[in-house]
Amino acid sequence: MIIAVASGKGGTGKTLVATSLALSLAGEHRVSFLDCDVEEPNGHVFLKPNLTGREAVTIPVPKVADDKCNYCGKCAQVCAYNAIAVLGDHVMTFPQLCHGCGACSYLCPKGAISEEPRETGVVEWGEADGISFAHGVLNVGEAMAPPVIRKVKEHGRDSEITVRDIPPGTSCPVVEAIKGCDFCLLVTEPTPFGLNDLALAVATVREMGIPCGVVLNRAGLGDTKTEAYCRREKIPILLTIPLDTEIARLYAGGTALVAGMPRWRDKFLKLFERIRELVDERGGNTQR
Amino acid sequence: MKEVVILSGKGGTGKTSIVGSLAALAESKVLSDCDVDAADLHLLLKPSRKRDTEFWSGKLAHIDRDKCTECGLCQDLCRFDAIRDYTVDATACEGCGFCFQVCPAEAITMEENLAGHWFVSETKYGPLVHARLGIAQENSGKLVARVRKEARHLAETQGLDYIISDGPPGIGCPVISSLSGANLAILVTEPTLSGIHDLVRVLGVCRHFGVPAAVCINKCDLNEENRRRIEDYCSSEGVAVAARIPFDNIVTEALTHGVPVVEYSQGRVTQEIEKLWYSISRMLEQEGKR
Repeated sequence: MIIAVASGKGGTGKTLVATSLALSLAGEHRVSFLDCDVEEPNGHVFLKPNLTGREAVTIPVPKVADDKCNYCGKCAQVCAYNAIAVLGDHVMTFPQLCHGCGACSYLCPKGAISEEPRETGVVEWGEADGISFAHGVLNVGEAMAPPVIRKVKEHGRDSEITVRDIPPGTSCPVVEAIKGCDFCLLVTEPTPFGLNDLALAVATVREMGIPCGVVLNRAGLGDTKTEAYCRREKIPILLTIPLDTEIARLYAGGTALVAGMPRWRDKFLKLFERIRELVDERGGNTQR
Repeated sequence: MKEVVILSGKGGTGKTSIVGSLAALAESKVLSDCDVDAADLHLLLKPSRKRDTEFWSGKLAHIDRDKCTECGLCQDLCRFDAIRDYTVDATACEGCGFCFQVCPAEAITMEENLAGHWFVSETKYGPLVHARLGIAQENSGKLVARVRKEARHLAETQGLDYIISDGPPGIGCPVISSLSGANLAILVTEPTLSGIHDLVRVLGVCRHFGVPAAVCINKCDLNEENRRRIEDYCSSEGVAVAARIPFDNIVTEALTHGVPVVEYSQGRVTQEIEKLWYSISRMLEQEGKR
């Protein structure tokens, strides 16, 4: 089973929930933790994995052989991203704009375009307290997170339970990171910003046909409108974490909640049971 | 006209609460919300919408099943796994058009994609340009660029001195789009290990694109050791710490009342945000002299 931990709004406690959920389950199941927030990966801060593997993530970008090219302009015409341009008898490529679709090399009538890999990030993996760990790190200055996320998702295939830490927002990196999961936990906080972004996140997972439930973090902080919203939308609140200075202190120092406060383990195990019931009711998501 | 963008790397460090307060403190400015996939600034600024413009961007492949011969070439060639059972998955399609180019039955068309909306609004603090990316859409970077273009246009035509932009979290496409060409980036961090880790990366992006940056430590008294780490890091990197905002529930209280904290309280948080705006305006002035 693949569980995604997402939020819409940043800083609501995704990583706190995802790391403690994975740690709680690790005693009894084969668990993997995939940090799909490749722009700002933080799971390793709390899980402190022993990293043993590393692979560059690359995008295949065009390389033009001048001796074969006749400057017909087909490549520039088919490129949707303006990543290749033909100026007289000169071909310019803009690798930063290239999505690596492969159209130019395939369609070049002279077979003048080959592809070479351009690194945009890395995936690293290892082990942390019995958890099989992997995360992706987008290189600084790179724009496109989805190719790195796709590589992270190749890990953890032989686990019984995979917990994915999802980036904030609702756009393409979030969609790529969530795609293929069986259940999406949405972590929110009871503030107007938290609620506004929760509603956007709910719309996103519903669009993708994925069942969801809410974790209400820092309960007691703002107002009660989030609970009312969840009742109205029939979204179960599966776990409530109070506003608590001890929890904040553990987080600040990079200690996972269940490592610092072991009594939370039972709550996370119950959370998992609730998720399992909800997934079983639906018969699971077959999309991978 | 000078543009400052508020970024953080890590989400939830307080960008939007701070921008809401800067809106109340600064004179002669346009506000822009560049967090187009989870925009929140409107919750504080209470805009009345003057203009709503559709944002068409990118294309999506569409397969006409009547013409499709199910040869499977498109599925084999698509590198984004966007075509399954001769149907396009709109959330996976990156609009490259490779399938459209190669389909031997000419069954594939590329259709214009409504990626979102952008708005020009009036607020009691001045004009606001904001946007709403469609659910599960791509092209957030392009929508951010559109929002900034409009904000610049408004500032120029109305003779306003500043653009204050609320940026998205992360370091990827919409962040780069919010940042490039801005005069100053304020990086809001918090004294947690995650906050520090993410600050380092977003500062790297500012340097990569040659945008001067200063740091604001929010909730600075939550963890003394980490606060010192941030101070040490900033001084070793030659980056100014423009403000140190203490943790105070008053920020959330103001937020639940839907007003910027500087209009809600005269306490220490407000004093620090006033200091932050003073520092920003001075840095922008100096930036103009370079």
